[in-house]
Amino acid sequence: MSTEITTDVVVIGAGPCGLFAAFELGLLDIKSHFIDILDRPGGQCAELYPEKPIYDIPAFPVVTGQQLTDNLMAQIAPFSPEFHFSRMVNSLEKLPDGSFRLTTDADEIFHAKVVVIAAGGGSFQPKRPPVAEIEQYENKSVFYAVRKMDDFRDQDVVIVGGGDSALDWTLNLQPIVRSLTLVHRRDAFKAAPASVNKMKELVMEGKIQFMLGQIAKLDGKDGQIDHVHLTTDAGDLSVPATRLLPFFGLTMKLGPVADWGLELNDNTIVVDTENFETSVPGIFAIGDINHYPGKLKLILSGFHEAALMAQAAKKIISPDERVVFQYTTSSTKLQKKLGVA
Amino acid sequence: MKIHVTDQAGENHELEGLEGWRVMEVIRDWGLNIKAECGGALSCATCHVYVDGEWMDRVGAPSDEEEDMLDSVGDVKSNSRLSCQILMNEELDGLRVTLAPSAAKD
Repeated sequence: MSTEITTDVVVIGAGPCGLFAAFELGLLDIKSHFIDILDRPGGQCAELYPEKPIYDIPAFPVVTGQQLTDNLMAQIAPFSPEFHFSRMVNSLEKLPDGSFRLTTDADEIFHAKVVVIAAGGGSFQPKRPPVAEIEQYENKSVFYAVRKMDDFRDQDVVIVGGGDSALDWTLNLQPIVRSLTLVHRRDAFKAAPASVNKMKELVMEGKIQFMLGQIAKLDGKDGQIDHVHLTTDAGDLSVPATRLLPFFGLTMKLGPVADWGLELNDNTIVVDTENFETSVPGIFAIGDINHYPGKLKLILSGFHEAALMAQAAKKIISPDERVVFQYTTSSTKLQKKLGVA
Repeated sequence: MKIHVTDQAGENHELEGLEGWRVMEVIRDWGLNIKAECGGALSCATCHVYVDGEWMDRVGAPSDEEEDMLDSVGDVKSNSRLSCQILMNEELDGLRVTLAPSAAKD
């Protein structure tokens, strides 16, 4: 049975700009729910460069992606935004009364008066290796994640990659598979040393195979692979395989957003710079995902966009309410909302 | 200074490269088919190029961190580099690179 949630605003994307939107919306007494495909807040900052320094956030000479995320989460805590992680918005429908109905791949239905798309470069999705016709095998015999270990029981499994995912699943699946071949382009791994050592022990014991090389071609039919062809320094090889697990990390794709009838420019959403509303009234887009003349893809631009968006959202959510602009430094009312007065 | 870029379709482009710019930035700003998702943070490998053989020495070797990122694409060759890690300077005037399939936008 579907879960139904009714709120003022649904924010799609919990990266820095989306998170700051919760602050600006909260100051205006607007309740927000967040939906993100990742399993935690921070978006690109947390996923791609959690430990890398950012130097162009105002008042922070240097801050890491994770620190920025943590600070934003602390800043918005007084407004108690609700988060729905590890799910993707599948559909967005405008209802006759002007509100929106969103559904997610976790079988949830959200009803909101306003939708804010703060999805950065789009939704994170697994990187597909550049192998011809791999799509026809996906989710049948080629998988980018292990959902059910039993799908791999007694199978001939090929795992490609040298990171933690590749090594972890090599170790976890080895006891239940018929055969397992780990393929990586070099003999150095970006994974926990203990996992690498354990993998090497399994190779020495003859329980798994390790191949230096890259995946070149797949053989099979009706979605079922039977061989994986590899390019190696020693020449081309063919490995019997009934399951392939490529672990090449994540990339960003616009995803279902492209089908929502919004005016697009390349892979970005066209907005009005007065309020960052899209071509569909009530749907806003802030941060890297929007497009307007002079757009700079900077976090600080997204913060500014969030503030203007919130003012416009307030007019949609509470059309009869007169909003007086206030500063947090001087407004006792705002300070009470923040829990500091 | 110039850089010569062959795109994924085999078309050649002569681009104006500016001293101190990353090769990725030059390719991206000229509108070629390069995703450059992370903007130069060495976090994505979507600015992957093949450096022409005669330029390999002048471009230098990738760092360990760059090698780690190259693990996340499946079309690595011995002359693979991430173009965000190549800084334009006088010595690279005339550099020739080819965009890797994995650098393409969606």
